[in-house]
Amino acid sequence: MITLRGRSVEFNPAAMESGSPLLRLTTNRTRPAPLRAAEGFVHEGGDMPDGFGWYLLKATEAMTLVPPGVPAAVLPAEFDHLADGDVVRLEPSRGGLRTLFRKAVPYNHFLLTERCNNYCLMCSQPPRTVEDGWIVDEILEALPLMDRQATEIGFTGGEPTLLGDRFIELVRAAGSHLPTTALHILSNGRTFANGTLARDLGAIRHHDLMMGIPVYADLAHVHDHVVQANGAFDETIRGILALKAHGVRVEVRVVLQQQTIARLVPLARFLARNLLFIDHVALMGLELTGFARANLDQIWIDPIDYQAELVEAVGILDRAGLKTSIYNSQTCVLAPSIRRFARRSISDWKQDYMPECSGCLGRNGCGGFFASAKLRYSRAISPITEQAT
Amino acid sequence: MAKFRDVAAFDESGDAGYTMMPWRFTALDNERCVATNMAGEYIAMSREEVSDFASGRLTVDYDLYSDLKAKHFLIDADTDVAVDLLALKVRTKLAPLANFTGLHIFVTTLRCEHSCPYCQVSRANDDKREFDMTEETAMRALDLVFRSPSPTIKIEFQGGESLLNMAMIRFIVAEALRRNETAQRNLAFVIATNLAILDEEMLAFAREHGILMSTSLDGPADLHNRNRPRPGKDSHEKAIDGIRRARTALGHYNVGALMTTTAASLSRVREIIDEYVRLDFGGIFLRPLSPYGFAIKTKTYAAYDQKKWLDFYFEGLDYIIDLNLDGHEFIEHYAAMVLKKMLTPLQTSYVDLMSPAGIGIGAIVYNYDGTVYASDESRMLAEMGDTTFALGNVHENDFADIMLGDALLNPLEQSFAGSVPGCSWCAFEPWCGAEPVFHHATQGDFVGKKPLSSFCTRNMAVFRGLILRMEANPDIKRMFERWANIV
Repeated sequence: MITLRGRSVEFNPAAMESGSPLLRLTTNRTRPAPLRAAEGFVHEGGDMPDGFGWYLLKATEAMTLVPPGVPAAVLPAEFDHLADGDVVRLEPSRGGLRTLFRKAVPYNHFLLTERCNNYCLMCSQPPRTVEDGWIVDEILEALPLMDRQATEIGFTGGEPTLLGDRFIELVRAAGSHLPTTALHILSNGRTFANGTLARDLGAIRHHDLMMGIPVYADLAHVHDHVVQANGAFDETIRGILALKAHGVRVEVRVVLQQQTIARLVPLARFLARNLLFIDHVALMGLELTGFARANLDQIWIDPIDYQAELVEAVGILDRAGLKTSIYNSQTCVLAPSIRRFARRSISDWKQDYMPECSGCLGRNGCGGFFASAKLRYSRAISPITEQAT
Repeated sequence: MAKFRDVAAFDESGDAGYTMMPWRFTALDNERCVATNMAGEYIAMSREEVSDFASGRLTVDYDLYSDLKAKHFLIDADTDVAVDLLALKVRTKLAPLANFTGLHIFVTTLRCEHSCPYCQVSRANDDKREFDMTEETAMRALDLVFRSPSPTIKIEFQGGESLLNMAMIRFIVAEALRRNETAQRNLAFVIATNLAILDEEMLAFAREHGILMSTSLDGPADLHNRNRPRPGKDSHEKAIDGIRRARTALGHYNVGALMTTTAASLSRVREIIDEYVRLDFGGIFLRPLSPYGFAIKTKTYAAYDQKKWLDFYFEGLDYIIDLNLDGHEFIEHYAAMVLKKMLTPLQTSYVDLMSPAGIGIGAIVYNYDGTVYASDESRMLAEMGDTTFALGNVHENDFADIMLGDALLNPLEQSFAGSVPGCSWCAFEPWCGAEPVFHHATQGDFVGKKPLSSFCTRNMAVFRGLILRMEANPDIKRMFERWANIV
């Protein structure tokens, strides 16, 4: 587990007068002078180079080396991971630091809004009806600071498309500032149903965009129940059709839970027959945070109890030529015939293992657990003690 | 936290009855029927269930209701996106029509050194050059080829024995490649040959231009040589040797083989399949004999009826299924093409299973003398004196004459299975072909009376046979899903 935000940062008096800056961090003592004023230097010992707008220190003693009148902060040990090229927001008034972008990881994601028009039983990021337009401003400010070599970034929510034109503005900015970086966006797809937003998104011609959109069943009411919104299925399907018609790539995401397993095999047939033109199907284990925790008894099904359905569904999708992945699964629970579809998908700062995993030889190839899985996990978890032949 | 509602709160399925989308049904066996929707998705159900569904009595608590709804046989108050999806699927099935003609067959010569009694075109004496295509004819034919808007153009050389006029193959390939520098199509070449006269120079040429080869292999040596006589009685030996050399030069999977079924084949389907397995082919096409050319003249066609062919076919199919269940992957191509129509949203380009028919607009034939035929079978018919499907001549007619003339449009329009008696109400129509040439040849009109049509009898039996097998065994269904997606 890695701490991305905290409120135990100690700031100097100059910092308290310096607002809440968004900073790109550097450990490079030889940064070009014109860039220094807008950057934060992360001091890990030795001399203190001058000219930086901010100084972030690993030790309180280093405060004496900071040029007088320049804002500085002392980072608690939990932020030791901060490194060259990371982008952070500092909030001196509440001792806060939020990490927005980490250069060292292959995937950074950004929540665009907490508002949503679905209310999913297992939502890991429960929606809130709040005015949070400031988030868009912050991301638009952060995008130019991000490393141009970044592999992939993600936009999530809430429902990003509820931002309308501002959503389009964000995608355009991501394509503009990160011209080789993949962009993955999680959306329920409903806003695309009438075609207008899909047209505008397609018109951006982003170089590497994938829309991740959930379809939970082949029957409308089963899907609508999971997302707690009547009519959502029809809008989501029409949204997918509109996106593909405008040349936007689409990944269909299916969360494996009590409500979706009964129609999982028919859903696979439905996708292969009706939506063969989608670009990826992700079959995903539960993350037990947010509503998933509150509704745990209602949504939980032990993954060992749905392996037969999963094997059949993966087989149907694979035979149809659909690129298929299983996310958030553990090797020892997956039926051997579908292990090759499993991806290590859990972000490093969320990933964890259980006591049963000690001594397991398969850990390097296993996705492990969300840290939240401590709450409940499969009874079939057991160490793999023999190398696969 | 807001209250979560249970599933019933989202289910309006039963509120106002259901509306049927277009669907058809027919008997599958004594107890069950098979129903199909507009896009060719099927559901097997009992007679009572058909009756309940058709009369509006089916209620939402039946599993069948959910399946019918998910496969777009019905819409109800809960959802109507099925209409969009069904329309999309029908469009997808018909979309390849807009590409127009993709397969262009050039008969480089009618000469052949074999004298097969079943041959579907007249063979000519080996040294008569008047049966060879000329450069002038080839140039005019290529004008027509590149008028087709198809993004994919496949030029197939046939005969006679196409390699007996190798100079013409070289000429056409060079000229097509030259034209394609500006036309920019996805251009491919296939040589159909018995391989008997294949030499290293020909192979080097084929290799240089990525040309595929397709040959004839009727089964074990005695059967093959009996079916395919040539001086020396060594057709099989020549074919096997040619396959080996061609694979070495062109790549193992760039050499295909087709078998022809004769009366002598009927009791030997396993041996025929074994021959293909032994030679490491990925599958076999168990072909029915067509009623054209020498096949009719020599009474070969009359020598067995559809029942015998179907027994032959299903014995072979079951043998192949067992091979797969035992772990050796091997496909039957006719089944695979039908299964693609049944189990995927896509379409096959096999002319016999197209509706509107594939004649002219799927494949077209340029004969050695410049006559343009609507299909390979059309020229066989012409060799018997019936020129109904001769669309014109490259020296006298232009693209519009040939593609928009009555000789092509009449059979296309009249035979369209979606609107002809016997087909328009058939549950299997989404999978079947129009076949105006076959029905003209056997019954004298483009439509024919379907109960008398052996094409209809055969396909109905194949459709039922495939459904019965996959409904009875989930492993076979999985196997069939795989076949459907690899042809």
